[in-house]
Amino acid sequence: MRIELQRRPASSGLFSLVSPLLALALTLIFGAIMFQMLGKDPGHALYSFFVEPLLEVWSLHELAIKAGPLILIAVGLSVCYRSNNWNIGAEGQFTIGAITGSILPILVPQWHSVMVLPLMLLMGAAGGALFAAIPALLKTRFNTNEILVSLMLVYIAQLFLDWLVRGPWRDPKGFNFPQSISFAPEAVLPPLLDSGRAHASILFALLAAVLVWFMMRFMLKGFEVTVLGRSERAGRFAGFSARRMVWFSMMLSGAFAGLAGISEVSGSIGHLQPSISPGYGFTAIIVAFLGRLNPVGAIASGFVLALTYLGGEAAQLSIGVSDKVTRVFQGLLLFFVLSCDTLILYRVRIIFGSGRAREAKS
Amino acid sequence: MIEAILLTIITAATPLVIAAMGELVTERAGVLNLGVEGMMIIGAVCAFAGSYLTGVPLFGVLAGILGGALFSLLFGFLTLTLVTNQVATGLALTLLGLGLSGQLGESFVGIPGVKLAPIVFPVLSEIPFVGPLLFRQDITFYLSIALVIGVNWFLFRSRTGLKLRAIGDNHGSAHALGISVIRTRYLAVMFGGACAGLAGAQLSLVYTPQWVENMSAGRGWIALALVVFASWRPWRVLAGGYIFGAVGILQLHAQAFGIGVPSQFLSMLPYAVTIVVLIIISHNRRTTLINTPACLGKPFVPDR
Repeated sequence: MRIELQRRPASSGLFSLVSPLLALALTLIFGAIMFQMLGKDPGHALYSFFVEPLLEVWSLHELAIKAGPLILIAVGLSVCYRSNNWNIGAEGQFTIGAITGSILPILVPQWHSVMVLPLMLLMGAAGGALFAAIPALLKTRFNTNEILVSLMLVYIAQLFLDWLVRGPWRDPKGFNFPQSISFAPEAVLPPLLDSGRAHASILFALLAAVLVWFMMRFMLKGFEVTVLGRSERAGRFAGFSARRMVWFSMMLSGAFAGLAGISEVSGSIGHLQPSISPGYGFTAIIVAFLGRLNPVGAIASGFVLALTYLGGEAAQLSIGVSDKVTRVFQGLLLFFVLSCDTLILYRVRIIFGSGRAREAKS
Repeated sequence: MIEAILLTIITAATPLVIAAMGELVTERAGVLNLGVEGMMIIGAVCAFAGSYLTGVPLFGVLAGILGGALFSLLFGFLTLTLVTNQVATGLALTLLGLGLSGQLGESFVGIPGVKLAPIVFPVLSEIPFVGPLLFRQDITFYLSIALVIGVNWFLFRSRTGLKLRAIGDNHGSAHALGISVIRTRYLAVMFGGACAGLAGAQLSLVYTPQWVENMSAGRGWIALALVVFASWRPWRVLAGGYIFGAVGILQLHAQAFGIGVPSQFLSMLPYAVTIVVLIIISHNRRTTLINTPACLGKPFVPDR
């Protein structure tokens, strides 16, 4: 038995829509098998993983809190990956954005003004963009691989944050806990509704998704992203600069990651601490691909992956499996998404028996 | 003192050299597998499990190799048979590996492991200074050296190695000549997986003989950088591995001595050095172009 691929004359519209759903279904089937192997009732486990978190108001708020940074980062990454620039250091840009955004509330806590919050968000986005500019600079100037550089910078950013909250930025009245002073009320993103904690980061995410969708669909810049991503040579003939695209895509995704970072710190945590993200920057890669590198698709897939985080926590309590299952689910999901995407470009044929027999016949 | 430092440098460099040698062969065949970190951590957890469950650390080494190779097949199936994007699939392999290893290793957390026993060469190990460094090591060190020599011979002195390089440089022509591109690439990917698994086994059986979640700590990525640094040549991987190993160990010693620099900045060093090295190696576009396998990362669908 072997598998043969046959290129479709045009990419299949049907499978573009079906493939993410197919991937989700396959992930659920595999998840059921996994729970069976762990000795849990698969039906009950999947229910408490994927349905229970949706039944209570407070956990819907948590869903929005988790989906916000995921969607925001993934929207930026979609543009990046479409242009064939591989920023995988969003986790680092998230961290740096959280740090630069926290400069005002930590260093000048006595400044009480309505200006503080907008400035914080701006500085966070700028910090993320500048940090993402490092791999862009090195790629355009020295031809280095942006994948490796952006990833190495994640470790550097996390260690830098660790130093800050244990060293110069540690709260002197904090009983030696490694965390900064708590942000003043005007430096905190307020909750959207009275019923729970969800704050503006989900709105930023939705706004970013719509804006970027508009850019990709209706503006020359979006066309430039697509053309340069498909073929740098073709882009050159159209007068587009691949070099400038590196800067644009990296800094755009960095800015979104930075904005996500400061929103998370300001809205959900309220101070800086050594660990501020359960791997949002990496999970957002999965979100981007599950959304088929489409900003609007990222909205839906962002909620799906946010659900896996919540489900992991819920399943830990209700059926006693570890929250590590979440990471396995997320990894599996990305694999299935990538395999199902093959169906869009290719017809997959499974051939039984030996290939030679078939050739002899024809 | 110097001997002790050199010993730790060897221990730190060995996993980097092993994993990078595997990736070098994979990339020479034209496949870019960014999942080294994931295969390494899977190797580490399989090795610890194998050693703990059987009580024989050597079985742990085998389990690590096998675990890494099997895990890499997942990448091979997607990128070679289903022709998915190699960068994205490699990332997926890393993400899944980190998650899966955490899940598999959960019951091993906190259990003290058994360190792989050194193989002592009679007479040779008695040589002062050199003896304990080179002839009283565990099997992974000897394997790392054997890998460098073996891969160098295979790639540049054997027929199959020539074919493998031909596939990496021009898969279309290689296919037209009747060389089985896909099969060779599957084997190259599995070799890379086996090496990454062995490197992981070294981590959980030699470097720190226990299971800690995320214990690979970016070493898989550093191994990837090492291949670029070595411009796809085995002996340079050995040299580079020891440079990176030395940086990692010297910053630890600097932390212990307390030289007035915050420990976090010293911990950044291996990652920062990786970036600096990438800049130095990559800035000359022409040498990079000459050395990079021309079909690296490009999809291949045989026309029939």
